[in-house]
Amino acid sequence: MAQQWCTRSLVTLLLVAAALAAGGCGSKPPKPAPSTAPTEVNRGAESEGANAANAAGGALGSQEEVGGPQAGLLASRIVYFDFDSAVIKGEGVDVVAAHAKYLAANPQARVRLEGNTDERGSREYNIGLGDRRAQSVRRAMLLQGVSEGQITTVSYGEERPADPGHDEAAWAKNRRVEIVYLTPAGQPAPAPKP
Amino acid sequence: MRTQAMAFRPWLLLPLLLIVVIGAGAARAVHAALQIEITSGVRDPIPIAIVPFAPASPTDGGLDVAGVVQHDLEGSGRFKALPRARMPATPTRAEAITAADWKAAGSDYVVAGRLASLDSGTLAVDFDLVNTLTGVRLATQRFTGPPGALRNAAHRVSDAIYQKILGVRGAFATRIAYVAVDGAPPAQHYQLMVADADGENPHLILDSRFPIMSPAWSPDGQWLAYVSFESKLSGVYVQLVRTGERRLVSARAGINGAPAWSPDGKKLALTLGGSNGNPDIYVLDLATQNLTRITDDPAIDTEPEWAPDGRSLYFTSDRAGSPQIYQVSASGGGHPRRITFEGNYNARPRVSADGTELAMVTLDGTNYRIAVQDLSSGAVRVLTHGRLDESPSFAPNGATLLYSQREGARGSLATVSVDGLTGARLKAQQGEICEPAWGPFGT
Repeated sequence: MAQQWCTRSLVTLLLVAAALAAGGCGSKPPKPAPSTAPTEVNRGAESEGANAANAAGGALGSQEEVGGPQAGLLASRIVYFDFDSAVIKGEGVDVVAAHAKYLAANPQARVRLEGNTDERGSREYNIGLGDRRAQSVRRAMLLQGVSEGQITTVSYGEERPADPGHDEAAWAKNRRVEIVYLTPAGQPAPAPKP
Repeated sequence: MRTQAMAFRPWLLLPLLLIVVIGAGAARAVHAALQIEITSGVRDPIPIAIVPFAPASPTDGGLDVAGVVQHDLEGSGRFKALPRARMPATPTRAEAITAADWKAAGSDYVVAGRLASLDSGTLAVDFDLVNTLTGVRLATQRFTGPPGALRNAAHRVSDAIYQKILGVRGAFATRIAYVAVDGAPPAQHYQLMVADADGENPHLILDSRFPIMSPAWSPDGQWLAYVSFESKLSGVYVQLVRTGERRLVSARAGINGAPAWSPDGKKLALTLGGSNGNPDIYVLDLATQNLTRITDDPAIDTEPEWAPDGRSLYFTSDRAGSPQIYQVSASGGGHPRRITFEGNYNARPRVSADGTELAMVTLDGTNYRIAVQDLSSGAVRVLTHGRLDESPSFAPNGATLLYSQREGARGSLATVSVDGLTGARLKAQQGEICEPAWGPFGT
């Protein structure tokens, strides 16, 4: 009985061989060579890939970050949460209020609220929990006079820990919403860094 | 009181883009292969001898086909191979096997094989499988293909032997996808990778400074759907593995997550959150871009998984307070039925190909572990023993689950058989690996 196996490739074997030759078996893997895989980092502005990134952020406005206000509590950009909770507590209440006041007074200013969780539990479910935290901050800001168009939310779930540790101290730092200021409405995004 | 909050942007539903990557062959192998290590096996593994195959130099590139087969079979935890130094002879075909000699060496089965270069520039791999107790030849099979796919042919030999002896199709000639994360906050680096099921042959699919999540194979094994935050917001992409061509299929406000292909490959189930934050399950028709809302509840509804018949979806929801798994009609409008009742955390459902078993992440005491529920009896068994085990994914033969685990500070992948008897670990040489997805059988 003869069967045809799939037609991948001598190329692959050669590339593996090349990679092994370059890196050595058992040694640190070589830095990724320029690749034909789509790369968030190496996409030039002229490539369609850059358009893809812009398309995702495009409908919701530029996602280019700016420094934003720094006076007093406005320098605090992180709101922390208890385990399995989206309730804004303690100093977080004041931090959110300070940013809400600034945003209400500066209607051109825009923020992205990034919800995060600790690493425990299922990843996509944690995206939901991080979103709940971002929404909690968003609703508090809307109640304090910020308009909907000034706020974009995203949840990174457990994917972007602030602290790489695996204990309660690290988890407490990772259950958070980060307030990120974006290019104000009506202003062009700064040129991408080379 | 709920509002229909989701603001859809139909223009984003257009085939947003098509990136055609110059040069076929797509991603290059730039990573060291994952290392596999058996962590538990059955008490009485089947003794087998896999004799070195007669080579076809130089076309075979020096690949030790018998070595690959031995690695596969031992890696399953079901077999124990006779060391080459203890082999009584080196036959390369059934006729040359003296069964009694191999029985005396302790092997119940012998595999003998040979490679041959064919006129067309392809290679043929032939093997015979002999039962040493009866002397009966159980299998004789030939695989042909280009020399570069010889390793894949070796895995097919393993599949055939596994099936002949255990009665279950092997899943060695399959691929896995996973995410590799390197670097410390805030400078993490994320790479979506595809490799052979034994961790060899790693290929880079996507490289990003922002998270990549939830890779999902199309039923034909040609495409991967995944979530990328490369725009700093979430987007669901589908990408042709062979060429790198890809499309952004959802970048709506809020969550775009948890893609799952329908069994016919025509639709994606997704989680969409909307700007007001209410994650629900939707089904996106990839050809027409039609979107059907499947769930409508203020709770978190996410992690959809198709039943094998394509008629219903399993998903995670905390509508009853804690995350549990529910089942709902995939055509929309149905009322979800709760499936899990044991414990207060059951998430990330995955269904075996025959539809009889549901794998999930369960909170077992204070540990997150992989459990399997028999869908007819409802009986649940916890299969793993880690602290943070997650992302279970069935092998296409339903015999094994691949999942991610954490040992100390490192995230690695592991497998466990659905009977809980065998396990193995797949480790990267540096960084963490997570979010494994086991691909379908090849054709």
